[in-house]
Amino acid sequence: MAVFPSTAAAQARNKPRRPRSQRAAYLFIAPIAIGFAVFYIWPLLQTFYFSFTSFGVFGGNSWIGGENYERVLQDVTVGRALLNTLLYTVMGLITLPVSIIIAELLNRPGLRGVAIYRALYFLPFVTLPAAIGLLWNWLYNGDYGLINEVLSWIGIDGRYWVSDPTTAAYAIGLVMIWSHVGYYLIIFLAGIKAIPRDYYEAAELDGAGPVRRFVRITLPLLSPSIFFTSVISVITSLQAFDLIYIMMSQRNPALGSTQSIVTLFYKWAFEENAQGPAAALAFLLMLLIAALTFLQFRLQKRWVHYA
Amino acid sequence: MPESTTATRAAAKLPRQAGTAQGTWGDDRAPARRRFDTGALLTHLLLSLGAFAMLFPFLWQLLTALKTMPESVRVPPTFLPEDWTWAAFEKVFTSLPFAEMLTNSALNTLGRTLGQLVFCSLAAYAFARMTFRGKNVLFAVFLSVLMVPSQLLILPQHQIIQQLGLLNSVPALFLPGMFSAFGTFLLRQFFLSLPRELEEAARIDGAGSFRIFWSIMLPLVRPALAALAVITSMWSWNDLLWPLVVNTDPETMPISAGLSSLEGQYLTDYPVLMAGSLIAGLPMILLYLFLQRHFVQGIALSGSKG
Repeated sequence: MAVFPSTAAAQARNKPRRPRSQRAAYLFIAPIAIGFAVFYIWPLLQTFYFSFTSFGVFGGNSWIGGENYERVLQDVTVGRALLNTLLYTVMGLITLPVSIIIAELLNRPGLRGVAIYRALYFLPFVTLPAAIGLLWNWLYNGDYGLINEVLSWIGIDGRYWVSDPTTAAYAIGLVMIWSHVGYYLIIFLAGIKAIPRDYYEAAELDGAGPVRRFVRITLPLLSPSIFFTSVISVITSLQAFDLIYIMMSQRNPALGSTQSIVTLFYKWAFEENAQGPAAALAFLLMLLIAALTFLQFRLQKRWVHYA
Repeated sequence: MPESTTATRAAAKLPRQAGTAQGTWGDDRAPARRRFDTGALLTHLLLSLGAFAMLFPFLWQLLTALKTMPESVRVPPTFLPEDWTWAAFEKVFTSLPFAEMLTNSALNTLGRTLGQLVFCSLAAYAFARMTFRGKNVLFAVFLSVLMVPSQLLILPQHQIIQQLGLLNSVPALFLPGMFSAFGTFLLRQFFLSLPRELEEAARIDGAGSFRIFWSIMLPLVRPALAALAVITSMWSWNDLLWPLVVNTDPETMPISAGLSSLEGQYLTDYPVLMAGSLIAGLPMILLYLFLQRHFVQGIALSGSKG
């Protein structure tokens, strides 16, 4: 246990009866602390160690210094995976304005059926990504898919959306947007409901139209929610895996142009027995997540208004 | 027109919003009416369009699942099936241990959710309401667990499960997921908001720490427990990466990984793929429809506090 000589001693002096309730507190925390130690903290240290080692064919690993990191930084597939992942991140952020607009529409005073709309928009988010992936692969199907059928009505010759390297990543990104709209909608709806109606009424009296009210009242007052969701969205997108894994079969010619950092990690760690480089890749991913999150927190002062 | 039916059904839910607008109702009635005709109609139109985009893929999934394989790939496609058939659903259950997979998913969901409710609420209560040495450091460690992406842990976690001899077992699915930093923080926020006097009164009456926690404090955070349970259930049921790593044997896979096998087995039998994915998604959709309030609260809670 960590020791804090000064504070601990001070506490002991001030409140002599503490030890008994302290024991209870430790008992309360013990189960989860053990779980964290075994399944989270120890593995974290181990992955850090793995990232500097090479795994032997017959088990056991040997220290190889920074070689894994060198390999990761020089590997062309990592560069492509990074670019794809950034594309997913940008597309993920597009979800936010979509959700905000829907939230603003739902916030119309006296509008009926809000609960029903909200339920429908949230439906894709509760459905498991594995099922969503199969469903959209079917819609995107080049020969029999509904999307190409509908496009043919207006004379457009559709593509093989998910096996064409030029469109596959966008096709997947679109599904990500579709399935997350409802999630952000709930957060924005809660944020918008918290904005006092008087503000809108006062703005209306001053002659502000719906667009102006949205830009001048809704957006600034919603900015804490927008900031929070953009942080969540970036973290989620940087870890994109499920949909890509399900939608792209191993023989898909567009595999390289859709692979994310995490699908590459999975391939290295569990299919190609390259645990060392995989561990290094995972650490670089964490650094990327930390860096982008930090950047967002730094930039927040410029545009987030806290009431 | 959809509004008329949705309006009557939503009427029960309406008073809250109506309440906020009430102040303006008395003198403003006529202009409000006029606005409803154009603006509200346009709003409904846009929202219905979006709702259609959300719902239609699921409808197409169901219609495809009820078609025969040849009919599903006909060009141009039929909208309603010509021969309604359950054959695809039967195939899903006979070709894979689909029922076992559903059971595994249920057990995984149950294990993670119960685990989190117990472990997180205990720790959350201690962090919120008790003083003890090293609290801040421990709390910082918990915070760091929350920030580490799961990919960083998965290789050693897999090894630990292997060393425990639990690969390809149901406990492997839920073991690490029973401990959640997120759940601990969520519940801690709630425990923090409860009045001190309750505990003090109970302590004077001679109740011990566990008794105060169990019979006084825990019942008061029931809404947060429900929200956490529902959100955890959803994440557990839908999780894919971890099950793929630990359980490669179809008999022990949950349904998420099972769908991936189904895809490998029935590459182009779309009715079977749609039937399988439909069944796999249904439990969470039903849970959501019945416990909507808790879902919304869980999302809003995790969304409002950064």
